[in-house]
Amino acid sequence: MKIAVLSGKGGTGKTLVSVNLASVSKNGTYIDCDVEEPNGHLFFKPEEVKRNEISVKIPVVNQDKCNGCRKCVDFCKFNALAYINNKVKVFETVCHSCGGCNLLCPEMAIDEKDKVIGAIETGSSEGISIITGILNTGEETGVPIIKEILKMQDVYSPVTIIDCPPGSSCMVMESIKDADYCVLVAEPTLFGSHNLSMVYELVKLFEKPFGCVLNKCIDGENPSEEFCTVHGIPVIESIPFDINLGTINSNGDIITRQDQKYFELFSNLLSRIKEEVGL
Amino acid sequence: MKLAMPVDEKNLESTVCISFGRTPYFLIYNTENGEHSFLDNSAANSQGGAGIKAAQAVVDQKVEVLITPRCGENAAEVFSAANVALYKSSGNSILENIASFKNNELSKLVETHAGLHQHNK
Repeated sequence: MKIAVLSGKGGTGKTLVSVNLASVSKNGTYIDCDVEEPNGHLFFKPEEVKRNEISVKIPVVNQDKCNGCRKCVDFCKFNALAYINNKVKVFETVCHSCGGCNLLCPEMAIDEKDKVIGAIETGSSEGISIITGILNTGEETGVPIIKEILKMQDVYSPVTIIDCPPGSSCMVMESIKDADYCVLVAEPTLFGSHNLSMVYELVKLFEKPFGCVLNKCIDGENPSEEFCTVHGIPVIESIPFDINLGTINSNGDIITRQDQKYFELFSNLLSRIKEEVGL
Repeated sequence: MKLAMPVDEKNLESTVCISFGRTPYFLIYNTENGEHSFLDNSAANSQGGAGIKAAQAVVDQKVEVLITPRCGENAAEVFSAANVALYKSSGNSILENIASFKNNELSKLVETHAGLHQHNK
């Protein structure tokens, strides 16, 4: 079972929820798809880490064969190519590696080369498999890394938790594509409820079963909770705004490994999700 | 000499646009005879790489000079490859910038920004 954890913005508690759901599962897998800032490994401190570099294809133009027809330049929807001084110029960081220019060139003047954009690290922590996607700084998109991760065997464990990137971009869509259930994490603010609405639209579009975890809950009004009520979104857990939780979390420790109350909270949450999925 | 400038509207009384890649129009101006035209910037609505596409369109006009308030590093790379000189606009009046350029009063644009979509350091 694959559970994706997402939110419309950073800092709502995706990693807190993901790490602890994985931690209470038996022999589960934790996947960090937040490749721009992967941080789940800071909590799990995985052992026996293996690193595999991930490459994408980037066009290389054979200028002798090029006749300057500009079909590649006109085709590129990302504007990664320009034709200047009778030469095709490739902007590697803008290229999305679609391969279109290579297919299209009537003179077969475009080859491809590998470019390393990041890596996948695998390791384990107390029986949990930990997979971390890492995108190098300055690269355009982490989608190729997320695709590679989701092809791995480890993804098919009894419980796989996918810690998504923030927002509702291509990288989030790639991360939730094969998920059986989506957990939307939301903060109790007006801004939080707006961000919740973004991911709510996304999971509806993908026709995924989903529920909301309200994080940092305090007494008084909670705009995210109101949003859930209005739109009939099941609130599957509420996590309190708790200094003890905050302290343990900021020390890079896993709350469910230290505090029985939270072990029960996240175990109940995992059972609830299993029920929702029908397992 | 032909020069280009990002502008907000299609007339010489209009103003210099604060954006290069996403300006609605480019003024193409011949300093020898005052002949000029306005070019629609088809890159304005691009998801990404607007600067590259806009620079390509400007270079294709065979201009020698671009006057702009700012320029991204990808566009600057296109201009450098095409030997187009970049000058920094002064104030937002199109006509005053043309006059200043003719009097050698504009300075070269040396700082380019890293772009709004990338996270290059």
